[in-house]
Amino acid sequence: MEVVSQIGAGVTDSLAYLGSLAMLGSRAAYYTFVGPFKGKSLRLQSAASQAMEVGVRALPILSLITFFIGLILALQAAYELSKLGAMNLVAKTVALSMSRELGPLITAIVVIGRSGSAFAAEIGTMKVTEEIDALEVMAISPVHFLVAPKFLAMIVMLPCLTIWANTMGILGGALFGVLQADFTWARYVQTSIESLYLRDILSGLIKSVMFGITITAVGCLEGFSTDGGAEQVGRSTTKAVVISILLVVVVDLVFTAAFFFLGKG
Amino acid sequence: MDQLHPKLSEPNAVISLRDLRVSYGEVEILHGIHFDVKAGETLVILGGSGSGKSTLLRSLVGLEKPSSGQIWINGQDIAAVSSDELYEIRKKTGMSFQGSALFGSMTVGENVALPLREHTKLEESTIEIMLRLKLEQVGLAGFEYYMPSQLSGGMKKRAAVARALAMDPEILFFDEPSAGLDPIIAAGIDQLILELKKAFHMTIIVVTHELASAFLIADRMVLIDKGNIVAIGTVEEMRSSTQPRVRQFLDRVPEPDVEGELDYLQTLTEQYRRHA
Repeated sequence: MEVVSQIGAGVTDSLAYLGSLAMLGSRAAYYTFVGPFKGKSLRLQSAASQAMEVGVRALPILSLITFFIGLILALQAAYELSKLGAMNLVAKTVALSMSRELGPLITAIVVIGRSGSAFAAEIGTMKVTEEIDALEVMAISPVHFLVAPKFLAMIVMLPCLTIWANTMGILGGALFGVLQADFTWARYVQTSIESLYLRDILSGLIKSVMFGITITAVGCLEGFSTDGGAEQVGRSTTKAVVISILLVVVVDLVFTAAFFFLGKG
Repeated sequence: MDQLHPKLSEPNAVISLRDLRVSYGEVEILHGIHFDVKAGETLVILGGSGSGKSTLLRSLVGLEKPSSGQIWINGQDIAAVSSDELYEIRKKTGMSFQGSALFGSMTVGENVALPLREHTKLEESTIEIMLRLKLEQVGLAGFEYYMPSQLSGGMKKRAAVARALAMDPEILFFDEPSAGLDPIIAAGIDQLILELKKAFHMTIIVVTHELASAFLIADRMVLIDKGNIVAIGTVEEMRSSTQPRVRQFLDRVPEPDVEGELDYLQTLTEQYRRHA
């Protein structure tokens, strides 16, 4: 009986957590899309500096990682394809796996590490030092002031980063293609582009927007639920990263499955 | 318990608490607080650690939702209003936090200007003038371009007061204004509160456990203990009170059961020795 009640409590807690995430996400969406028409100005300046931090500053590390991922994919694909004498399929395999799956996912994971954790730490520290309370008392909504600019920055920057990641991955694959599979740079890139349909790229981009929403909501919620002192901020940051990775994979699964079945039907 | 509308029971009241109860989970922290604050008076809420005085202050600014009872501010029950209405009420109040709660990523000037930029459509040049004025009022003229981290504890407190004053509030709340400050700086903050009181005739609520500062700035005092009001009255009434709990607090007599704790410690150590 105790096991059952423990499972029940766990399920209730998880549902409550998802509920809080949805609430925070929808309030941020409200301040981003509806608020500006109701006289609640959008903080474009703050959103731009967040976009700089979330997006532009992530480019070097993201480029490096996705270039290597593309190279690894090409190596792994060649292992099997070379037996079949189908080395020309390497380009297609890399292009498809990057744009449909690994581009969005690796981007999300890099952004979780850089920005999801930073959101939790920033808001958590503000919570601990009563700055969140100070905003409330000054009649400034913390969601409007802090979360909405991050939300906007993330839903704009994640798709951009994902496109960049796809490109870098394809270039990583091209390095292998040129050195080992008799491709020229131009022909590799040409083959990659030809093997991609718009829906392959779009499905990845839609996923990346959902990842952006998830990462913002989890990072900010963990920040807001920080209680106590400085060590709690560390714990919230860790929690934000772990939960974000889990939820991003779950969202990924849900959307990939949806695209799969919708595409069939 | 008096259930009349506060306006009927106390014509000049700016703040009226009616049977205010606040709980954290299952534990009730405030057990039915009931008092009025008149316009323009300075009320000091005194109490030891864990007495519930901070919770009381947090409820007064709407950061803590009461489990029952009413908090009337300027004729509106903030426990019952919508969040938009609560924000409207808050625009007419200011609060200085214990740890000053300045935004670390903004300069002192931006901190003070924030409420003005958020809630008014004033020209940037007007805002500049106003923030200089507010900083001058708290004795921080010329510090607008400093970051909060470059200020000393006392200066941070002053900057926080300037920010609380930004919207020309009718009611000003202070949470432990002299906590963590040396006696001279703390006296400076007391002086600042007295000056504000004289210059603007604001209603000021101060939560503190500093007796000297309380007696200096208060018109009336409330002593809170374990979530209940022990005594309420003017400075003279408090000073001459014969109520044992008031005397104990004002004469700084330690809790009698401290001896019991020592005994308990001794038994623990003896048990430990025997065990070893």
